[in-house]
Amino acid sequence: MRVSHEIEITPSRVVLSGVPVAVSETGGKMLVELYRRYAGDYPKFFKMDTLCRLGFIGAELLLKQSGISSPVSAIIFANRSASIKNDNDYLATISEGNYYPSPALFVYTLPNIVTGEIAIRHHIQGETSFYILDNPEQLKPIVEASVNPDLTPSTCVLAGWCECSEADTFYAKLQIIWNN
Amino acid sequence: MVYCIGHNVISPLGEGSQANLEAVRAGRSGLRMYDHRFANVEPFCASLFDEPQAFVPLCIRSVEMAVSGQPALVSSKDTVFILSTTKGDNLDLWTPATAIAEHFGNPNPPVVVSNACTSGVCAQITAKRLLEAGKYKYAVVVGCDIQSRFIVSGFQSFKALSPEPCRPFSPERQGLNLGEAAATIIYTAEPKSRGWRLVAGSIHNDANHLSAPSRTGEGAFQCLTDVMVGASPADIGLLGVHGTATLYNDAMEQTAIERAGLQQVPVSALKPFFGHTMGAAGVLETILCMLQAERSFVKMLSGFGGVNAAIRMQCE
Repeated sequence: MRVSHEIEITPSRVVLSGVPVAVSETGGKMLVELYRRYAGDYPKFFKMDTLCRLGFIGAELLLKQSGISSPVSAIIFANRSASIKNDNDYLATISEGNYYPSPALFVYTLPNIVTGEIAIRHHIQGETSFYILDNPEQLKPIVEASVNPDLTPSTCVLAGWCECSEADTFYAKLQIIWNN
Repeated sequence: MVYCIGHNVISPLGEGSQANLEAVRAGRSGLRMYDHRFANVEPFCASLFDEPQAFVPLCIRSVEMAVSGQPALVSSKDTVFILSTTKGDNLDLWTPATAIAEHFGNPNPPVVVSNACTSGVCAQITAKRLLEAGKYKYAVVVGCDIQSRFIVSGFQSFKALSPEPCRPFSPERQGLNLGEAAATIIYTAEPKSRGWRLVAGSIHNDANHLSAPSRTGEGAFQCLTDVMVGASPADIGLLGVHGTATLYNDAMEQTAIERAGLQQVPVSALKPFFGHTMGAAGVLETILCMLQAERSFVKMLSGFGGVNAAIRMQCE
């Protein structure tokens, strides 16, 4: 396995392959700032929950910088708390005395939706997988087993940790990983 | 290739894989109407346990039944627990996975697969990869979901639920029914001369729409193409389909099956018996298909997030 590009996003800091990306906002507003500066042409971004926005921005910057010509063959993400932030938002729409379930929120109550959003944006018809683990280290053996060139045809995957527990509390560390 | 050395299904239709097979063979369905199960929720048709089940004890019971005769396996450092679920124990997925592994004295961190409706098939593919890469010798794959006000209200808001027992692939199909179950399947990398083995697995995204499948069945078609490498349609004895009975899913699957040249293969669609058991579905339906089939078959699933997965099983 070989990591060619990497992005780390915290609520106040973005580092792309070792180089800090200048940001003036923090938290969820910072993700919007990055969207406006580096994408801007995908209004569906504003429909997304924070977990999806986080993964979307990470993939956007990473894939743009890496400049890989053929699409990645798999997106393999993990986190600890699944889609809990959006689960809680949806729960608010079915509370006692205020029961009006929102389909627009319910669609985001699965963690793997972020991988689907990235697949749609970048036309990736390869694998999309989402795991719930205790920490990012635990994703390593899974990615290793998934990109083993003897076992799978994958050549280059977008993999990493994508966690959001509250609107302004998130962490992503995504990598482009090659199996040679 | 990995080899199946144990399995179990616990559903409203019965305890144990064989009991569930007999219920299906006898034409019994777990589906019925529920008027007051969850507050505020409109009446719905589903397959639920009479006595509400707690997530972790239900999973533990399923694993215990699946490993009967080889109890040392579950506590071994060579064994990994893989949990397939979408909503876990009251929206918490990680804590119940560790509780299950710890109950059996297993020292390894569990793996939770949460890939929407394909989770149960993806969990088996994950097991195959980890075993073939030599990370572990055994994988205990547990699929489980318990229905809740959260899930039922959400599917009602999608207008995806059928007011009657679902009818997969019928022109009059009106949508899906939800269900609950736990199912366990145990795989090993150690070659066995007899029994079922998982030969191939594949996962593809439609890259089309979050909650609606591709009209051309692209992801499912690519999955079928991948798992059919080295096999011809004549080799396939049974095709286990996702068959949710929503308008778009079944149309998509039909397209993918025809594009893959598998339209002559007998199909097994089990949701009229169990409902859509979500994280359990891929595991439960694999086990029931194994029991239904005497020859090799392909199992395929698709689901929300536009992600599709398929595996091919073979029996010697």
